[in-house]
Amino acid sequence: MNVLDFVNAFFSDSAQWHGYDGIPQRLLEHVQYTLMALGIAAAIGLPVGLLTGHTGRGGNAVAFVATAARALPSFGLLVLIAVVVGIGLLPVMIPLVVLAIPPILVTTYEAVRSVDPAPVDAARGMGMHEPDILLRVELPVALPLVLSGLRSAAIQVVSTATIAAYVSLGGIGRYIIDGLYQRDYEKVVGGATLVALLALATLAVFWAAERLAVSPGVRRR
Amino acid sequence: MIRIDSVTKRYPDGTVAVDRLSLEIPDRSITVLVGPSGCGKTTTLRMINRMIEPTEGTISLNGADLQQQPVTTLRRSMGYVIQNAGLFQHRTILDNIATVPRMIGWGRRKSRERAAELMERVGLDASLAKRYPYQLSGGQQQRVGVARALAADPPVLLMDEPFSAVDPVVRKGLQDELLRIQDELGKTIVFVTHDIDEAIKLGSTVAVMRTGGRLAQFAPPAELLSNPVDDFVEDFLGADRGIRRLSFFASEGLELTTDPVVRVDATAEQLAAPDAPYLLVTDAEGRPLGWAEPGDLTAGDIVAEGLLPYGRPFVPGADSLRAALDCAVLSPTGWAVAVDAGGRVTGVVSQQAVGEAIRAAHSAADTGDARAVGPADIAKVAP
Ligand SMILES: Nc1ncnc2c1ncn2[C@@H]1O[C@H](COP(=O)(O)OP(=O)(O)O)[C@@H](O)[C@H]1O
Ligand SMILES: [Mg+2]
Repeated sequence: MNVLDFVNAFFSDSAQWHGYDGIPQRLLEHVQYTLMALGIAAAIGLPVGLLTGHTGRGGNAVAFVATAARALPSFGLLVLIAVVVGIGLLPVMIPLVVLAIPPILVTTYEAVRSVDPAPVDAARGMGMHEPDILLRVELPVALPLVLSGLRSAAIQVVSTATIAAYVSLGGIGRYIIDGLYQRDYEKVVGGATLVALLALATLAVFWAAERLAVSPGVRRR
Repeated sequence: MIRIDSVTKRYPDGTVAVDRLSLEIPDRSITVLVGPSGCGKTTTLRMINRMIEPTEGTISLNGADLQQQPVTTLRRSMGYVIQNAGLFQHRTILDNIATVPRMIGWGRRKSRERAAELMERVGLDASLAKRYPYQLSGGQQQRVGVARALAADPPVLLMDEPFSAVDPVVRKGLQDELLRIQDELGKTIVFVTHDIDEAIKLGSTVAVMRTGGRLAQFAPPAELLSNPVDDFVEDFLGADRGIRRLSFFASEGLELTTDPVVRVDATAEQLAAPDAPYLLVTDAEGRPLGWAEPGDLTAGDIVAEGLLPYGRPFVPGADSLRAALDCAVLSPTGWAVAVDAGGRVTGVVSQQAVGEAIRAAHSAADTGDARAVGPADIAKVAP
């Protein structure tokens, strides 16, 4: 049997399509974990990145935090936190958020830093307030880069959210972990395929978001 | 009036960018700050809208210290134009121009109407309204920058080398446009440039600054050209300041003669009549065709191709003595051709006659000094 046969067998098994262990349910759980982790990471990374980028202060701190966060192994963090606080959503969310913050924070910081200083100077000179300068002058121009940071974070979280299954939660990781445990390679390959599809879907969502949110004047098309 | 009173700016690294500068910038006219790169022009300009705060001294606007009002209120009363326009690339041209009206609470509709009005005023075609900055040439972007600064009708306009990044032809167009707009609007404009020609062309008063942020001379351009206060100013004005000064003398007084002017269909008698070394041939409507020696012309058989070029005619009244002299110098015969607004010859004048007019104008300017140089009381010289 080759990989394609596994994929075929996995997706054509009608039992996969309903119930608490069905593909829709697992996908939904996976998307929920991803959105939650991404939402928390963005709520931290975006404002900090925007502010440090705008003021130009704290660049070193941003770089340090990002490097440190990248050095933490997600799985190690999961086990560690699970040991400390027990099994649940927290040991899953913390490593995913830690994983997602660096690309969001660093890219947002860099994005705002790289905005042409001339329009910012013009805006300040015409009496625009600082928050408006950041949100109405810098952010719209920095947006493509900011979105690309969010996108890398989202892709990483989508693939890494499989670890939720280690602490008895759901998500697509269930197929992979259960499959490995049961030596059911059909499940493993099917789960991996689902993760890959979800990653592609994420790319599509960001592509659409960029089309909608970025001004044609910035896209230059 | 903007009054700069012994202002010094020392940057944290110790650089003294502006050194005890005092200037009184008159209302409703263009005051130019000019000087070599790094002499503190930008620093001075940015202290007027408090983008930079002075280390010592005060700046006041209509008698009130700038520090007395909130900085955003102050800046909203002063349009600000910078070198590369600094347009918002995510906004359309119309919305770029509507920025300040929107910011101070005008409705979207009213702001856009105002923006459209300004596009016309600065000579931008209405079809550009929906475009984005990247779709405009450098010169057009600069016009948008000027329109954006004028949008909320601020009494003061601060301009920092606004035309330095465009090519000479476009620059000339922008300068002419600014002078035209200023004629209509009468703003108090502070204009920074490193280009002395631009300063002389645009300024009602010119402040020449020297390296170290000190004022070298503050005077109307004609006075600057006739009486540079020291070697630095004289060098900065360049070698041909005598010629350039002629731009400030009218060409009206030149004595024109129509004796050597003949029409292309002139008879042999008419061709023989003038006692002149050269004849200027015009077409039937009186437009110049070219010069010829009397002996070379045959009545009824004059072809434009066989004539000497007449150079570039000048319009007495509209053009200066400099243009008249330029005409005479460029003409192969040494005679300048004067035309009316419709391009019809009103007479010719020799180099010699232009030279006499220049001498007369100089002596008139020197005896009537106070009148020729304008408000001498505001001219101040650095210690
Ligand atoms: N932020 C700054 N910190 C230190 N020195 C500065 C700063 N800005 C300008 N300068 C210095 O101050 C002097 C005047 O600068 P500037 O006003 O920009 O001159 P200009 O506009 O006439 O070219 C220059 O020597 C410049 O290097
Ligand atoms: Mg400068």
